[in-house]
Amino acid sequence: MKTLSRVYNGIIFAFLYAPILVLIIFSFNDSKSRVVWNGFSLRWYEALFQNDEILSALWVTLSIAIVATIVSTIIGTAAAIGIRSVNSKLRRVLLAFNNLPMVNPEIVTGIALMLLFVFIYRTTGLLQPGYFTLLLSHITFCIPYVVLQVMPKLRQLDPHLYEAAVDLGCRPFTAFIRAVLPQIMPGIITGALMAFTMSLDDFVISLFTSGESAQNLSVTIYAMVKRRVTPEINTLSTLMFGAVLIMLILVNVMQIRSAPKDKRRSS
Amino acid sequence: MMRSKTAAAPFALWMTLFTVIPLGIVLWFAFTDEQGQFTLSNLSSIGEYAGTFGLSIFLGAIATVICLVLAFPLAFTISRAKGRKQQTMVMIIMLPMWMNFLLRTYAWMSLLENNGFINQFLRVIGVLADGQSVSLINTNGAIVLGMVYNFLPFMVLPLYSVMVKIDNSVIEAAQDLGSNVFQVFGRVVLPLSLPGMLSGITMVFVPAVSTFVITKLLGGSKTLMIGDAIETMFIGQGANYHVGATLSLVLMVLILVCMAITGMVDKEGEGDAA
Repeated sequence: MKTLSRVYNGIIFAFLYAPILVLIIFSFNDSKSRVVWNGFSLRWYEALFQNDEILSALWVTLSIAIVATIVSTIIGTAAAIGIRSVNSKLRRVLLAFNNLPMVNPEIVTGIALMLLFVFIYRTTGLLQPGYFTLLLSHITFCIPYVVLQVMPKLRQLDPHLYEAAVDLGCRPFTAFIRAVLPQIMPGIITGALMAFTMSLDDFVISLFTSGESAQNLSVTIYAMVKRRVTPEINTLSTLMFGAVLIMLILVNVMQIRSAPKDKRRSS
Repeated sequence: MMRSKTAAAPFALWMTLFTVIPLGIVLWFAFTDEQGQFTLSNLSSIGEYAGTFGLSIFLGAIATVICLVLAFPLAFTISRAKGRKQQTMVMIIMLPMWMNFLLRTYAWMSLLENNGFINQFLRVIGVLADGQSVSLINTNGAIVLGMVYNFLPFMVLPLYSVMVKIDNSVIEAAQDLGSNVFQVFGRVVLPLSLPGMLSGITMVFVPAVSTFVITKLLGGSKTLMIGDAIETMFIGQGANYHVGATLSLVLMVLILVCMAITGMVDKEGEGDAA
């Protein structure tokens, strides 16, 4: 049984990583071919740093992800606190608002935002599709992830903690910062990380809400796929993949070091 | 407790402005013509897309079932693994999601093409003669494969997160009471995993039905799914926002209906198990 499950998991993992492996290997290929190996070369890595289209898309992607994460984390955390304070009727409405972008297919969210921006642009001349509309859209779909991560942490929170801080003479804001915030921090961080990941990898909503002037990596890649994908993009994703891998390994090592006794339930 | 109702105000404003009002605009576009007059002609023109909707739901449903069948044993073995190993395996499942979705799908082209690696391999081991090839790409099968590949983690993760809470002693108790492997599976593991299954099904089915990139890359130009139809109505020449909005509206309603059916099946299943 044990070998069987090992073989099975191995096959699934191979399935998940086969195309990624192909992509990484062929980023070192000495020709443009995707299927014929012509020898090892770093020429596409050199070409990457001279490709303005890709570099500017990388800049758009990263800057949007960072700003959208910060804004959505602030709005989302405040929202989670507010949602807990309102009466149950209003809470249900606000949670329904929050779930809308999560339940709706991405393409519907994308075209709905596009129509909004088109509508505003036609009537007022403001909000021409571009960097700013892309940013607004990313904040919109990032907020629900933060709300959903912070809410459970607030539920676990001891309600007396805040009162105790106020009784001991803290002003409400100070009490929040010093007594509540540290307790819900893990939820905020997870929410922010999810928001960042979602923004970084988003394609569908970005396609409909970015103009010609500001395209993120996914939209640029999509435009390339229609013509042909240049190998530089493989090198960029190999580098990004490597960066994430190293980051995750570092986090793991740090966790292992800081928690010498693993108390998790094990069979 | 903190009195902080106003903290939700920016959120309420933002979500009204950027999710509720836009959906209202979709509704408005769906029921008006170019001149802004009320019309039902958009809705009646949807009839010609019946086949497209049918194909999308069909392929999406197949991909969802395959994901469920593949993910179930995987999620279960992960949930039974030891602490650190568990964490590593979850990471292995999530890591591919950090590589751009389009590029991952594009890489499948290298594997599936007529001169791709799978056909090359089949020629090397002699299953195929030189110059022969099995057509893998530009088929409905390739589309389903692309969906399963991209959305499998969305099934594994929610399943894993409910399965990890199933205590081993519950399974052992069932075994001690004389259940065989199938009974343990059908009467203990399956009912306890239902919430995870349900959210997994939603998380796979919704993006699968509405996809349009996977069809373009792996399905060739002949297969058109509803996502492709919507995209052409909004981007490029021949765009028609009114018809596009109507298609999106119908897609939304269809998905809601499918989800409602899944929810009902879930309740019946629970009834059987009890």
